[in-house]
Amino acid sequence: MARLEDIELVERLFLKGYPFHRYAPRPDDPVAHAMTPLRKPLSACTVAVITTAGLSLPEQPPFDTTNKMGDSSFREFPGDIDPQLLEMNHRSWAFDQTGILRDRNLVMPLDRLREMQQRSEIGALAPHHYSFMGSIIGPSRLIKQSAPEVARRLRDDHVDVALLTPV
Amino acid sequence: MCNQSVGLIQRAIEYVGITTVSISLLREITEKIQPPRALFVPYPLGHPLGEPNDRELQTRILHAAFALLPRTDVPVLEDFSP
Repeated sequence: MARLEDIELVERLFLKGYPFHRYAPRPDDPVAHAMTPLRKPLSACTVAVITTAGLSLPEQPPFDTTNKMGDSSFREFPGDIDPQLLEMNHRSWAFDQTGILRDRNLVMPLDRLREMQQRSEIGALAPHHYSFMGSIIGPSRLIKQSAPEVARRLRDDHVDVALLTPV
Repeated sequence: MCNQSVGLIQRAIEYVGITTVSISLLREITEKIQPPRALFVPYPLGHPLGEPNDRELQTRILHAAFALLPRTDVPVLEDFSP
């Protein structure tokens, strides 16, 4: 189990001092309180995966690990890729990357979802999946631009269900 | 920070009319961000789906996460029982 106490001291002190309350749901923010009920059985739903593992395809530009406030851009992947093709740009020292390097399904479980589709547990995999970078300390651009842009693209793809995974 | 980013992205997706669920690796942070639906899993950072190449465990975590999708009493933060 991951607890704040397990993280390296320097990172833990940063997290303890970080103003998470700034991003707690504000009463007047409709986005923070949005709720979309599931409109059909999961077996009829199109499912997309969005991770913050900092994954990119070899032909895509890697995430910028030098930006101290974090890189709030995203990478879009075709729905039919082998997840093991994805490269990992994350540079945080706070977690063990070896598991993901052995099996990208730990964060981008496309193989598991294909098995669920074959068993008719889900309807379909979405035409695109997405990765953001973690370690975004200043998330204002994420909130105003890149997250709404990915949300629009998912809606345009007629996605019913989004699964999100952190690292 | 990833758990915060996930919650912020999740809100934006739920807002456009897509039902969302996320995995949480740090309960304390997910409790602050309060995304609509989250499944807390007792695994180390970097392991939201449990263990590499463990198809059975990964599938059970996905089933538990997807079981939260019909919930409308948000925010929902449930614990995964291995």
